[in-house]
Amino acid sequence: MTMKSSTRQVDGITIVDLSGRITLGEGSVVLRDLVRDLLGKGNKKILLNLGDVTYIDSSGIGELVSAFTTVRNGGGELKLLNLTKKVHDLLQITKLYTVFDIKDDEAAAVQSFAK
Amino acid sequence: MRVSYRMDSTLESVNQAEEVATKIAAKIGFDEEDINRISMAVREAAVNAVLHGNAYDPAKKVTFGFENTGNSLVITVSDEGKGLKPEAIPDPLKPENLLKQSGRGIFLIRAFMDEVRIRTLEPGTEITMIKNVHGESAAGKEESK
Repeated sequence: MTMKSSTRQVDGITIVDLSGRITLGEGSVVLRDLVRDLLGKGNKKILLNLGDVTYIDSSGIGELVSAFTTVRNGGGELKLLNLTKKVHDLLQITKLYTVFDIKDDEAAAVQSFAK
Repeated sequence: MRVSYRMDSTLESVNQAEEVATKIAAKIGFDEEDINRISMAVREAAVNAVLHGNAYDPAKKVTFGFENTGNSLVITVSDEGKGLKPEAIPDPLKPENLLKQSGRGIFLIRAFMDEVRIRTLEPGTEITMIKNVHGESAAGKEESK
């Protein structure tokens, strides 16, 4: 299953619901283009909902890191929401759990962005 | 039981190798978590071989070997590329490397498998990854030739 995404706005925050696999090739490219497109349209507060992401490889992890730094360098904030156990474990092993701001409640996550 | 596959240097081969690894690990009786770890290690090794080793060169092949020794699953992935120097790969856990986009593949393989060996071929690289069947962890064992 390749990656799918849909975008919605909640209180000025762009929530991106991702599902499927973020791996080398299609998934990682889709994520990269998506984040660049959002930034280009002035959406600088981005919450990536990974609740339905079933699989992520090192290329996908790299793409999440790239999205994080791209948004931050553009003066925005990118946070992660609803990690599955698999993704949670991967981010812990790679010590990226300390880099990302990770949330498990959407409303609280939306409120946590700088006003 | 030993099977081997010689595949093209494509992303499709990466996906096929991952699927084969998942099926063989399940057939041997690994639990779901270990199956995920084995399939991911194979995927990472396959990506290294196809992308960094053979650089998608259609003239170069990637060879996958799967052997059930009874005590362990031994997987080899070899390419025909320019060779990999594992000692030259930066530690992805160092603070200065945390935000790098790449460089986590070998690290994840080492984290997920019980034993990992990397051997230089002429030309290419062969990585051997071993997962013990009954949790006989030899984590941390790793050598480079």
